[in-house]
Amino acid sequence: MPKLNLAVYWTAACGGCDVSILDIDEKILQVGELANIVLWPLAADGKYEDVEKMEDGAIDVCLFNGAIRLSEQEEMARLLRRKSKILIAYGSCACFGGIPGLANFFTKEEIVDRVYKDTPSTDNAEGMVPLATVQVPEGELSLPEFYNDVFTLPQVVEVDYYIPGCPPPVDLIVRAIDAIATNKLPPKGTVIAGQKALCHECGRVKEDKKVKEFKRPHEVEVDPEKCLLEQGIICCGPATRGGCGGRCTGVNMPCRGCFGPAAEVLDEGAKMVGAIASIIDSADPEEIKKINKMIVDPAGTFYRFGLPNSMLRRKRKEGKVS
Amino acid sequence: MLKKISIDPITRLEGHGKIDIFLNDEGNVENAYLQIPELRGFEKFCEGRPAEELPRIVSRICGVCPEAHHLASTKALDAVWSVEPTPTAKKLRELMYCAHIIHSHTAHFYALAAPDFVLGPDAKPEERNILGVIAKVGLEIGKEVIKHRSYAQQIQAIIGGKATHPVCGLPGGMSKGLNEDERKDIEEKAKSCVKFAKLSLKIFEDVVLKNKSYVELIQGEVYRINTYFMGLVDENNKVNFYDGKVRVVDQEGKEFAKFDAQEYLDHIAEHVEPWTYLKFPYLKKVGWKGFVDGVDSGIYRVGPLARLNVADGMATPMAQEAYERMYETLGKKPVQATLAYHWARLVELMYAAERLLELAVDEAITSKDIRRLPTATPSEGVGIVEAPRGTLFHHYRTDANGMIEKVNLIVATGNNNAAMNMSVKKAAQELIKNGQVEQGLLNMVEMAFRAYDPCMACATHSLPGQMPLEIRIFDAEKTLCHKIIR
Repeated sequence: MPKLNLAVYWTAACGGCDVSILDIDEKILQVGELANIVLWPLAADGKYEDVEKMEDGAIDVCLFNGAIRLSEQEEMARLLRRKSKILIAYGSCACFGGIPGLANFFTKEEIVDRVYKDTPSTDNAEGMVPLATVQVPEGELSLPEFYNDVFTLPQVVEVDYYIPGCPPPVDLIVRAIDAIATNKLPPKGTVIAGQKALCHECGRVKEDKKVKEFKRPHEVEVDPEKCLLEQGIICCGPATRGGCGGRCTGVNMPCRGCFGPAAEVLDEGAKMVGAIASIIDSADPEEIKKINKMIVDPAGTFYRFGLPNSMLRRKRKEGKVS
Repeated sequence: MLKKISIDPITRLEGHGKIDIFLNDEGNVENAYLQIPELRGFEKFCEGRPAEELPRIVSRICGVCPEAHHLASTKALDAVWSVEPTPTAKKLRELMYCAHIIHSHTAHFYALAAPDFVLGPDAKPEERNILGVIAKVGLEIGKEVIKHRSYAQQIQAIIGGKATHPVCGLPGGMSKGLNEDERKDIEEKAKSCVKFAKLSLKIFEDVVLKNKSYVELIQGEVYRINTYFMGLVDENNKVNFYDGKVRVVDQEGKEFAKFDAQEYLDHIAEHVEPWTYLKFPYLKKVGWKGFVDGVDSGIYRVGPLARLNVADGMATPMAQEAYERMYETLGKKPVQATLAYHWARLVELMYAAERLLELAVDEAITSKDIRRLPTATPSEGVGIVEAPRGTLFHHYRTDANGMIEKVNLIVATGNNNAAMNMSVKKAAQELIKNGQVEQGLLNMVEMAFRAYDPCMACATHSLPGQMPLEIRIFDAEKTLCHKIIR
């Protein structure tokens, strides 16, 4: 079998997805046998024009990590879509927007003002902010402009497969590599992860979900065996796709949804509202109100990794989606 | 006729960096700008979140050094809730963190720095990569590198749930303790890491120090700027990654300041330039004097070399030996030679490995006493650690319910921003004369900022290739007249 042409590319990401690929350790050698790395911005020549020169479809598989928030990132996504037979959204940011997607709770101006004018260590009497083009004594310098919104990869181009996770765990990466190597790819649009909600694979003992009060993770000594939700700690397991093996619940911390909505879930926030409603142990509206108040920052918790991908997409301004 | 040269490396640094160099009529360097064209706005979008969630949010600033952000954040929470973590919790954090330093320093040295030294700065670009390094030093050593970086990742995952983006930090402690089997496993891996650090120092000795031209390059004028240095020290003024006071020394090595985390605003301010998204921290008491070095300019440096320069030594025996060897060779403290960052990184690799082993055999490490529940009303706090690349500040203010009102972050690469700009300019000035732009110059300029490891996803450099660079030269009419792509 001839070697595959493999590309790895990142946009608004943190580098953790790239590190996760390295964490397959000795399997890396298998990747070397299987594929030519034709593009890895950190490792191989990642010039836009070099990719442009390739024939359409010249890249067999492209692992694309990161959200889209700059025009050049959108251009790159479109270009790689054209040049790749298979485009894989790799990691939570590409799939759902990820942590950088939390920026959709604010506007671009609010972010810029805070960072450059308002932090206590900033010394900026003139209120200077970075500009798209700047005249310096010697000439002109330019910076990329930001969109007001963070977008997911599938909001920009058609995506063939999804590998979720922040970052994706090694066994899923290996599963994807094996599928590519043996040419046994699942149907287009498949999310390469668990098919059920995280609760089905979390090792914690689940009994009776009846909750009279909610606690925040730092407020309570956690029972290491018992379901976190049953202990009154908000855990996004019921709304979140499995496939991680419960990495966070395994060290006594609640799920925050990095695998995105479970297979049957349209919107993880709506699903969490339903799940929580069903476990509150009260029929008294006043008491229910009081219990609900104990849930802090529901939007920022339920959409921790998926605000751009949610039905809301961003914070609404003046009653309309901006 | 003014010319502009652009070096546009697609490198990872919370985005990527771009270098623009302007030439004057004689074809010599007028000025150089290192631009950081990205902003993600963590300082804003953390507002409104529950404070205890921040360690899990801010780690996503960087997937290469997530433990640094996770722990600086966790320590900020200790301060926000005025809760002292238990002794075991502190040790668990430090143990995880030593493993993190091993992962980061190993990746950086072998994938990024080694090609410049093992193969030489003027080796062919297509050979200047980790594979070229392995070809020269042997596959066995290559396997050792992969193995020990992997050990470091595994140790972090045992404690943090995942190596990349751990979830274990809570105000007053940790979410999970260690059992005896895990402890034994970590002890074995730590022993192996000490051997690996020894091997790494030996490689540096054989390849770099026995080569006179490399030593001259390190000591030379191209890679020297004169700045203040900043880093954490313990109560004996020894290097410490996890905790201590921030110490600042001047160009003569004299202590200029020593302060606790919560006093950082008395000492550091950040200057804004409209041509980059990254601010420029400087010493407030000296002032911002522009991009100039020397005693009158408040520019300081952080990271491995800075930490060694501000300290009186290392707290473990073999690291102390390596430390002494370094200063015997390079002369008195503080060493201002930028390329010495690489050597300092290996001295720290040894310290991290020795300290990891110390903690792995500490009797308290498997104690179940890993958390102290906060009882005070939350308000405000600062947490600092030494990230692999330098001092990292997290400052949070909350309401009485522990919801975030304000966040201020000063990251390691930010601290080095002004120094990196100056180092690039200096290297360019020394290397570009009369409009002559040589191919080798690209890498030489790149080396000036690579030494600081500006948070590129160094790990990914362990595959073929290196940072692509592009130089474009424009004449006064902005017409492209010359282009080199590597």
